[in-house]
Amino acid sequence: MEDIDLTLLKPAIETYIPMSRSGLLPALHAAQKLYGWISEPVATEIAKALHVPLADVHGVIEFYSLFYNEPTSKRVFRVCTDVACALKGGDGILNHLCEHHGLKPGQTKPDLSLTIEPSPCLGLCEHAPVALVDGQAETNINLKKSTYELGYPPSRVYGSIRLLTANCGDGITSLAKYSKYSAFSKALGMKPETIVNEVKASGLVGRGGAAFPTGVKWEGAAKAEADQKYVICNADESEPGTFKDRILLLDDPHRTIEGMCITAYAIGASKGFIYIRGEYPYIVPVLENALNEAREAGLLGRNILGSGFSFDIEIRVGAGAYICGEETALFESIEGKRGFPRIKPPFPTTHGVFGKPTVINNVETLCNIPLIVAKGSTEYRKIGTEKSPGPKLFCVSGDVAKPGMYEVPFGVTLRELLNMAGGVANKKKLQAVLFGGAAGAFATSKHLNVKMTFEDLRGVGLPLGSGVVMVFDEARDMRQVLKSLGHFFAHESCGKCYPCQMGTQRQKEILERVASGKVVDGDFVRLQDVGWTMTDASLCGLGQTAASAVLSAMKLWPEMFSLESDSLLSKKKISKTIVNKAVKAKAKAQTVKKVVAKKANPKTAKKTTTKKR
Amino acid sequence: MTENFTLIIDGQEVSVEQGKTILEAVRENGKDIPTICFHEATTANGLCRMCVVEVEGMRVLQPACIVQVANNMKVQTKSEKVIRARKTILEMLASTMDLSNAPEILTMMDEYGASAERFPGAERRESTVIDDNPMFIRDYSKCLLCWRCVQVCAEDAQYTFAINFEGRGFETQIGTFFDKPIPETSCVLCGQCVGVCPTGALKPKRQFMLEQGMSPNEISVLNTGRKRRK
Repeated sequence: MEDIDLTLLKPAIETYIPMSRSGLLPALHAAQKLYGWISEPVATEIAKALHVPLADVHGVIEFYSLFYNEPTSKRVFRVCTDVACALKGGDGILNHLCEHHGLKPGQTKPDLSLTIEPSPCLGLCEHAPVALVDGQAETNINLKKSTYELGYPPSRVYGSIRLLTANCGDGITSLAKYSKYSAFSKALGMKPETIVNEVKASGLVGRGGAAFPTGVKWEGAAKAEADQKYVICNADESEPGTFKDRILLLDDPHRTIEGMCITAYAIGASKGFIYIRGEYPYIVPVLENALNEAREAGLLGRNILGSGFSFDIEIRVGAGAYICGEETALFESIEGKRGFPRIKPPFPTTHGVFGKPTVINNVETLCNIPLIVAKGSTEYRKIGTEKSPGPKLFCVSGDVAKPGMYEVPFGVTLRELLNMAGGVANKKKLQAVLFGGAAGAFATSKHLNVKMTFEDLRGVGLPLGSGVVMVFDEARDMRQVLKSLGHFFAHESCGKCYPCQMGTQRQKEILERVASGKVVDGDFVRLQDVGWTMTDASLCGLGQTAASAVLSAMKLWPEMFSLESDSLLSKKKISKTIVNKAVKAKAKAQTVKKVVAKKANPKTAKKTTTKKR
Repeated sequence: MTENFTLIIDGQEVSVEQGKTILEAVRENGKDIPTICFHEATTANGLCRMCVVEVEGMRVLQPACIVQVANNMKVQTKSEKVIRARKTILEMLASTMDLSNAPEILTMMDEYGASAERFPGAERRESTVIDDNPMFIRDYSKCLLCWRCVQVCAEDAQYTFAINFEGRGFETQIGTFFDKPIPETSCVLCGQCVGVCPTGALKPKRQFMLEQGMSPNEISVLNTGRKRRK
């Protein structure tokens, strides 16, 4: 093990010292870049420099999956084992890599030359199976042919319109090609309240999953009185199956930046943050470069284009926590804390980051803003439907012939979208579609003619969520998919409120039994009670949707969750062997009804499981 | 003078001072709502969700310890949804930790008909007792993460910041900087964390020793080297 040279640390974290606690995540990232992990003396130095209590620094390191307080290599292979990659053999790749390097998942070589670990969704689902190697995207891994692509992930952009994606698909767009923020220039000549009204009139609602009316949000922040307001771009895209923000930021960063500039002018904010997930390290330099281009062109900074309006943007990088996509948890993270969601109200529009009025919008939402300002709300509303105006990006992955990001107007049917994507791959039949991500719900072939709008989907109980359309063919064992979702939420629960902290764990355990055909008596009702308790009583959106896909599967395929072999047999897809296994398991389960306590020393067990799946 | 609000709690009209929480409103009117993490001396965080109630017009259940009353608010404190949530939370707690020193929660389990064995094969949060200082022991097998100890150690009382969280989700535990023993932290042994612990996870050393079967004399010898006078 190399010695830890503390003299290197000070110059590396110097810029973050004036930020005090808010500089904690950037400082920890910088330290980890230097040493590969954060040892006790390094954490102590950072705590002293930023004036943060030692225990708090430790608490923050422990919260984020991508921070390590045990010896870890600077070289980490992160293999995605989440839903879309699991379909394409992600687990096999992890095992292959581990075997090849003589490591177990989550282990580091004694000489710190390599760490290999499984990872939650890396947002590269259209290129599954994938990994993140030395901060670069390794995509379309094929073990049989020993092939893969390394570097910027290629963008597969399709669909029937190209408004938000006009510059996507051909690599990074420079400012020269994007043109000089004409919508922002137009906005600077308008009254801020006129812009807010235009956005309200456009009918734009948030594209991150919650579908809150953007103009209403802006109005709240615009009216709030404060010495400082903020605009935040939520680029913590972590919903399994979602990758649209990655493509938008990588291929066309200026559209998002322009959207932020207009937002800031409309609500009177002088400072912005782009909070990007830690699993997208390769986008950070692209964003930095785009911000510099904008600054040099006088589109960011003081007195922009002589208007008297000043605004600049800082990039913040997450560190492996799905929960930080929840807006208030994201604020906490920017403030240098564990990503615990806050109680709402008060709402971000009046009490956001640093307690100041804040507008936080998803990348895709912000990309709509230049379009609305340039076209005017009347023209914008001609796209899509009356109640769901505008263009929409769908992330199509799984068993389709042409996975990728599809831009379509709201109102196309699921059938039309799947046809664009070449239908189910390998001429197989459709079994199910996961809508809206891990926090979404399952659709089947009976939903093919549903129009993809907020109102139509709501009518059939499907959430649009973040635009995930993940396809499963007839041969897929949906119980494995559910197990994967269960693992995801148990790994990503922040642990703040009881229903989600314990419910995601219990849900995972029951889904593991379901997947291995070892359900015990009462598991159906047990799973339902856990699911509804999380849905009804959790503190934040993560917990409230952590059972959404599972509950939808229980409605569609109740026989999957029970021991009734008759109903199992009636379902052709489930083979006889599984039924036999299930019947045997039931007999066995009768004898193990007692609560079985885990016997292993939990202190050591905890250390090996905390940050792994 | 603050105005009074009129609201309907479980079908009964009550008048409550503006700014009060639903929990206060209910307790002032002679009824009760169960709570676990709530404590008058600490900031309410709405963690345990035992106090959730159904408020008409709200999509999800609301924590009564935080949500303030509003005029014409309609609250149900014992609806089917509420009961299912409370019962399941209690059952999950019992499947996760050692509640033997938490009589209040055991009483709640009886009230709600919650079974301690509802979740067969459930992983429990277990750890060995940490005995690293002269004043108190830490038995995190009994910890239900109410956060009170962390809060009184920080801005709610002492501003000592000796303890914080480890891990996340189900794996969360209270801990010190790099698991250091208490005497090596900023802890000043004020004892406030022990005072607010509801489950015996933090316990005065003397009480712990008595429970271990030691006599007062034996403890006295350990402490001072002398026997007690009487």
